[in-house]
Amino acid sequence: MMQGVLHQVISGIATGGIYASVALALVMIYQATHHVNFAQGEMATFSTYIALTLINIGLPYWIAFIGAVAISFAIGVAIERILMRPMENAPVLASVGVFVGLLLIINSLSGWLFDYTIKQFPSPFGSGTPLFGGYVSSHELGSTAVTLIVLIAVYMFFRHTRLGLGMRAAAFNPVSARLVGIQVGWMLALGWGLAAAIGAIAGMMVAPIVFLDPNMMAGILLYAFAGALLGGIDSPLGAVLGGFAVGIIENLMGAYVVGTELKLSVALIIIVCVLVVKPSGLLGRKVTSRV
Amino acid sequence: MLAPPKVPSPPNVPALPNVPALPNVPALLDVKGLRAGYGETQVLHGIDFAVAHGGVSALLGANGAGKTTTLRAICGMLRRSGDIRLDGARIDASATEDIVRRGVAHVPDGRGTFLELTVEENLRLGAYTRPADEARADIMRMFGYFPRLEQRLRQQAGTLSGGEQQMLAIARALVLRPRLLLLDEPSFGLAPLIIAEIFVILRRIRAEEGVGMLLVEQNASIALDFADQAYLLETGRIVVAGPAEDIRRDEAVRRSYLGY
Repeated sequence: MMQGVLHQVISGIATGGIYASVALALVMIYQATHHVNFAQGEMATFSTYIALTLINIGLPYWIAFIGAVAISFAIGVAIERILMRPMENAPVLASVGVFVGLLLIINSLSGWLFDYTIKQFPSPFGSGTPLFGGYVSSHELGSTAVTLIVLIAVYMFFRHTRLGLGMRAAAFNPVSARLVGIQVGWMLALGWGLAAAIGAIAGMMVAPIVFLDPNMMAGILLYAFAGALLGGIDSPLGAVLGGFAVGIIENLMGAYVVGTELKLSVALIIIVCVLVVKPSGLLGRKVTSRV
Repeated sequence: MLAPPKVPSPPNVPALPNVPALPNVPALLDVKGLRAGYGETQVLHGIDFAVAHGGVSALLGANGAGKTTTLRAICGMLRRSGDIRLDGARIDASATEDIVRRGVAHVPDGRGTFLELTVEENLRLGAYTRPADEARADIMRMFGYFPRLEQRLRQQAGTLSGGEQQMLAIARALVLRPRLLLLDEPSFGLAPLIIAEIFVILRRIRAEEGVGMLLVEQNASIALDFADQAYLLETGRIVVAGPAEDIRRDEAVRRSYLGY
């Protein structure tokens, strides 16, 4: 029994890392625009198809990986520049409409370009025998490592680079950011690019487990959203911790309480509970201000 | 028929005594016929004023006269028309970021502090457009004016007192190394002692940094003490303009417009 629980927790951490990445992508765009990008998951799926295409034309895995991340970054920037820019001052419902439209467009595009059949996606970490006495597969270990590297790199970027500081300033206070000479429009586009790149990595890490089809990320986006809300939708650190927590909760509930069939409802229950009990999430924004 | 005798047109007398009259030395900031507003509402109905190199001009007036709007219009933060020149070059069609990059620093209404970020990050943002090593040196230099900021470097800016936030806002504007500093009511909401302290520091900055300033104030007596040129705004029009000294001594103007 104990071993079983441990196993569930460890694989919960592995999937939680995926949720954490997607949650971080959601939070990055939320912080800058105060909108949740419903299309984040479909964008990640599309990126994974790009990676698969690059692998199929004979590129080594990691080259395809980097290529897919770079292309996804460019697509993210382009979406912001072309679709989101004209919506800058649009009412909330109009923006929501654009996000939903984007979701449907990218989903159909994935199906149309790459067809709807379920495809296998390779893992760079092999599918060899489970490690550490059977607790963890090599892919789980590898993808968790990749996720952690991504999260740390993103953290370092925002904390310790001038560009990262500029992006945070543009998100917190666009008017003041312009007054110190920051090109706020480009910072938003860059944020979209980064979010798309992070989503691409999450997609490539989860695809070997759940297999690739145009709806691959639909459920994952829901878990990620639950994670982001749990941690606080305006807190990047909260979103990451929330993502991991949701991964573990989901696995334990699936194994011992509700069964795998009802796992997705766990995400919905978490979303409802957070909204009712603590809408700002566990690490929601704490701005102290004195007048 | 005889042409009417030609009357020599009056020479172009500079309207503003403290602005350099030499034709080839443009003022640091020269504004002519500035109109601006929000949406359908026009707030400024064509105003003229100037700031000399290294000089201080004050814009005075009651609430709603258009003082803050004037500063926002200079920075391109709202729709405006008219002729705005910085050192002779027109900036009235430029975007805010570009005007800032040309050396205009704005301490806005409400101070524009990044409340969620630390004092140090706020200062680094002020120097965002400058090379990193110069920025670091300039931030260090600011501690000479505002030693309190050095003690609060790692603190979240939102936790500073009002006076400290005003100091942070001024320091953040100065690390941009501006040619022109726009100050929107630096005295707002502060205790008289703190206001006095801030103006002592502003005098030092003026003497040492050679930066021109356009000061918006409701507190006319402080502003007239500090400025060398003053303009009185009333509902979007300039009603009195002249050396600050003269306006301060003109009791009629003081009574009817400045209320002290």
